[in-house]
Amino acid sequence: MKIKLNGIEDTYKLGKKLGELVEPGDIICLNGDLGAGKTTLSKSIGLGMGVADYITSPTFAIINEYDGRLPLYHFDVYRLNNGDELFDLGVEDYFYGKGVCLIEWAENIEEFLPENRLEVWIYTLPDPYEREIELIPYGARNEFLAKELIK
Amino acid sequence: MLTLAIETSCDETSCGVVKDGREVLSNIISSQIEIHREYGGVVPEIASRKHIEGIDVIIQEALDAAKVGFKDIDFISVTQGPGLVGALLVGLSSAKAIAYGLEIPIVGVNHIEGHICANYIQHKDLEPPFTCLIVSGGHSYLVDVLDYNDYKLYGRTRDDAAGEAFDKVARALGLPYPGGPQIDQLALEGDADAVDFPRVFLESDSYDFSFSGLKTSVLNYLNQLKQKNEEPNVADIAASFQKAVLDVMVEKSFRLAKENKRNKIVIAGGVAANKGLRKMMEQRGKDENVDILYPSIELCTDNAAMIGSAGYYNYINGKTSDFHMKVMPNLGFLE
Repeated sequence: MKIKLNGIEDTYKLGKKLGELVEPGDIICLNGDLGAGKTTLSKSIGLGMGVADYITSPTFAIINEYDGRLPLYHFDVYRLNNGDELFDLGVEDYFYGKGVCLIEWAENIEEFLPENRLEVWIYTLPDPYEREIELIPYGARNEFLAKELIK
Repeated sequence: MLTLAIETSCDETSCGVVKDGREVLSNIISSQIEIHREYGGVVPEIASRKHIEGIDVIIQEALDAAKVGFKDIDFISVTQGPGLVGALLVGLSSAKAIAYGLEIPIVGVNHIEGHICANYIQHKDLEPPFTCLIVSGGHSYLVDVLDYNDYKLYGRTRDDAAGEAFDKVARALGLPYPGGPQIDQLALEGDADAVDFPRVFLESDSYDFSFSGLKTSVLNYLNQLKQKNEEPNVADIAASFQKAVLDVMVEKSFRLAKENKRNKIVIAGGVAANKGLRKMMEQRGKDENVDILYPSIELCTDNAAMIGSAGYYNYINGKTSDFHMKVMPNLGFLE
């Protein structure tokens, strides 16, 4: 399932919508090159979830936690090399917890991700303001999310 | 009064002994930069392991260099957060064990306050109040320092930290980690007006920062060149990018100093080592009669002495911690 975004406003709209739809236990994986807009999309998902604090880049601490309508766990796994490192961070508590996991650079840890998840791939286009989004849902819950999003 | 200080928030294992918050008897820093360079950034698991390997030796080195023993230490200062959870745990666990064994107090220190206090070590006469810009790989804050341990937050980043923007742009330019010093050095050779990157000031009264859009415009610029099969002029891009970051930081710092009628601006954190930032601040300071202060390069980077200084000012203000203290990887500063 693909969506074309014509500017940052579209990114915000999409993220907000997703933020309003998510439920406890949802895992959203964000993939895309540096500068594609992963953190921008994360910010807008946070807005949709009612997180009042700024959603800043999780690059430094790897996991940032926020309180919104639901807890939001914002990951940047760019610098993780293997599964052990992931489990040292206690990710299972997050993955199977009561909040929503938002994982930037999720492709780096693909084999360790829970089966049921929504993958969001962000592709840059020749026009610097445009993006193409590809949604890859795993499981019925995520297929529902993806269908709602492209409506 | 002597404190043994321990700092392990990221990729430096550091221990030191500080007297009365200002006088450094020792400040041993074991950097892991070389180890992490091949990965293009700090790898958490490797960082934790290196901290464990090094911490006992470095504590002993710090005591030896200060020519004191455990019995001379009055209290322990340790970084509680923010930082990498595994890295912080090594320092905090060691600190607790020592404090428990010696039956002396322990003070958990916010790493960001440590960066500010590095200036008390560097500048023996520096006293609050002053305006302070704290910029590093993981943090960007603009605060008014009313007194020791008394701060008012005015600005912080809404997306990427200043140093992070440097690291990410450096990565896109194919420069080695850490990116800040590389860009700073290249900027000396480049033309800062070559590319007109955006200055993101946000709302006119805002003291917040936003560096993510600037990072994206550098990447877009590089992509456009690639599509046209043109080679980027890396020095020009570095200089133009750095100027776009510094213009905003300098402008906001001076605006805050003016608002609070401060005649001193203090720079802290790893990015305070940036030559371009120091120069631009000093030039503007000369014009507007504002003193610009910053720590030595060694005190700009993560180090235990600054934690010892912050620990001292917490301690004399009655702010000690207990053994239930936990590491706080997401600890904010005044947020």
